[in-house]
Amino acid sequence: MSEEEKKDYAESPINLEYHYTAGSATTRFLNQVKEGKIVGQSCPKCSAVYVPPRGSCPRCGVATNIEVPLTDKGCIESFTIVHIPIPGNPIVPPYVCAMIRLDGANISFLHLIQGIDVEEIRIGMRIQAVWKPKDEWTHSLENIKWFTPIDEPDVDVATLRFQES
Amino acid sequence: MSDQKDLLRAPFELAYNYKRSSGPLMSKFFDALAEQKILGTKSSTGKVYAPAAEFDPETHESLSDLVEVGPGGVIESFSWIEEPKHHHLIKNPFAFALIKLDGADTSMLHMVTECDEEDLKIGSRVTANWSATIENRITDIKFFTLEK
Ligand SMILES: [Zn+2]
Repeated sequence: MSEEEKKDYAESPINLEYHYTAGSATTRFLNQVKEGKIVGQSCPKCSAVYVPPRGSCPRCGVATNIEVPLTDKGCIESFTIVHIPIPGNPIVPPYVCAMIRLDGANISFLHLIQGIDVEEIRIGMRIQAVWKPKDEWTHSLENIKWFTPIDEPDVDVATLRFQES
Repeated sequence: MSDQKDLLRAPFELAYNYKRSSGPLMSKFFDALAEQKILGTKSSTGKVYAPAAEFDPETHESLSDLVEVGPGGVIESFSWIEEPKHHHLIKNPFAFALIKLDGADTSMLHMVTECDEEDLKIGSRVTANWSATIENRITDIKFFTLEK
């Protein structure tokens, strides 16, 4: 090997193959997602609504057995502007990952924000899901391409704090 | 609650394709492998670490005195793999073994094959077999086999 070609690093690929079993709560959720519906699950004790649901309320320790249909609108609870490319990721930086709080939900989930200059994104901004074409829907929240801002007044995130009912 | 058979299940693959910078000392270790040499590092106490270590875990000194060890050595411990999985580099039954190379005071993890499980003992003598393809990696040692 010539001096020019010599590498000062070693390729160290890490690879983990596994099977994910969704469990009954997530299976129920993903079966609805495949139909383009977002259905959270509510705690029978404290009424908190979880989306995506994991099957139990961490506060009360009981099964979340009440299904709660939700809209695909909500607000940005928190966000990060990503400037550093990740190898293998097809999205070109800068792009925005945000914690999305859907209307009526008590927890948020991570998704992409597009359709706006990254400098203008702010906490509390109203957003709505942009869905892939129906024939591409699978058992995945990737059925939503991203969320995009809608022309509604910002939400005061302090109002999102959970109130014991 | 849904039936077990109705649960969604899917295969996933988690992969990171990252590059690891070898650093000045370990680069020499990997370059030596391409020349079919195994290097260790000697500390001021006379102890030889193989594979080469950048620091002495006992005296905490930075190490740079490279010495050649092996290619023969002694099995200090091993774990027999009767049915290799698809990600194992050896398709026949083999052992992962800690091998204390001649001239070294520490042992190195590698593979031992071309033998039966009963042939392997703690204390068995093995020797390095070299790969036909040189990549400046630890896999340039293809595996170890029992010394004839
Ligand atoms: Zn609860």
